[in-house]
Amino acid sequence: MAKTIVQEFTKGLWKEIPPFRLVLGLCPTLALTKSVENGVGMGFALTFVLVCSNILIAALRKVIPPKVRIACFIIIVATFVIIVELMMQAYTYSLYEKMGIFIPLIVVNCIPLGRAEAFAYKNGIIRSILDGLGMGIGYTLSLGSLALIRETIGTGSLVGAIPFLFSYNFTNIFGEAYQPFSFMVEAPGAFVCLGLMLCVMNMLGKK
Amino acid sequence: MKEMINMVVVLTILSVTSGGSLAFLRDKTKDRIEQQQLKFVKGPAIMSVLPNVTNDPTESYFKLNAGTKQERSFFVGMVDGKQKYVAFESKGKGFGGEIGLMIGVDLETDQVVGVGITTHAETPGLGSRAKTDPAFTNQFKGKPLMETFKVKSDGGNIDALSGATITSRGVSDGVTQAGAIYKELKPQILEGLKTVKK
Repeated sequence: MAKTIVQEFTKGLWKEIPPFRLVLGLCPTLALTKSVENGVGMGFALTFVLVCSNILIAALRKVIPPKVRIACFIIIVATFVIIVELMMQAYTYSLYEKMGIFIPLIVVNCIPLGRAEAFAYKNGIIRSILDGLGMGIGYTLSLGSLALIRETIGTGSLVGAIPFLFSYNFTNIFGEAYQPFSFMVEAPGAFVCLGLMLCVMNMLGKK
Repeated sequence: MKEMINMVVVLTILSVTSGGSLAFLRDKTKDRIEQQQLKFVKGPAIMSVLPNVTNDPTESYFKLNAGTKQERSFFVGMVDGKQKYVAFESKGKGFGGEIGLMIGVDLETDQVVGVGITTHAETPGLGSRAKTDPAFTNQFKGKPLMETFKVKSDGGNIDALSGATITSRGVSDGVTQAGAIYKELKPQILEGLKTVKK
């Protein structure tokens, strides 16, 4: 069942959307969705790493010996992660400080490694780019939506900036009298919220 | 055999290219990262340890080599156009690793004017109060920097944070060390001050 090129891109947006359908990359999904800014920042970082590593792995797939392929994938992914880390330190330092350890942890995130092994190592460059882009955007959207729910309910306001695009500042969305439901921005709230999201996704996918 | 050589060659080439390109990028971004750290991490710490300065210490600083050890930056705080304070970094060993300290000194009296914590990995709620509780760091204020600082249970005169003796000890050691550095470098610091624009 060969997929068309468009399908390679769109599968990451709905059918195989990483944290909700593949249930991969959950650590940052739980930890970095306290605010939309962090969630989307993480999504961007992962998209960059994913697209770049997919390109390189697809280009080198004939050269990389199967026995050491995992080691090669890790070198490639780690290189791009460090590039992201350095760039964030240089250009978006405050976001880098908030995301802290989760940037270097992209190296051991299942998504780049999973896509390398399951897709880029077996497919051409164009398809790999689309696959990486789709998965990355899907991941960004999932983290963004999860963070949107948590930040709105948990703090009653949305404050931050999407890196390189725009900043936003909505305070007291529910009015002055709203008492922030701070459980939602704590760790247990992340689990509950993610569980409910998975439940909704499964219900929608069933029909 | 051929396969093995192939594996070694591919892995080596990949690692070397990766290492090389990262070293290049690091070199390119080094200055900018340093600037950003000055602005976001050190800047606020410097302002919190130097009282009422009228200039921007992150813009007037000089570097000195402490013995054979690494380079240190000395940030100059001016009050009404007069160079009154310097702030520099030191570190102490805490409970969860190194505690980064920023120490402000009055150049005339050699007294501590402020101690701030820049980076730490202490237990939240216990050791982390060293950073958030000004009552602790305020104890250092006004004391001559060149004396030895110890917590009370070690026979000194610093009240340790309850439940965080090791952290308090680390901060005291860090300030004591800063005193040693200051003592050693005082002549060079005075020289360095002349190079900073007024």
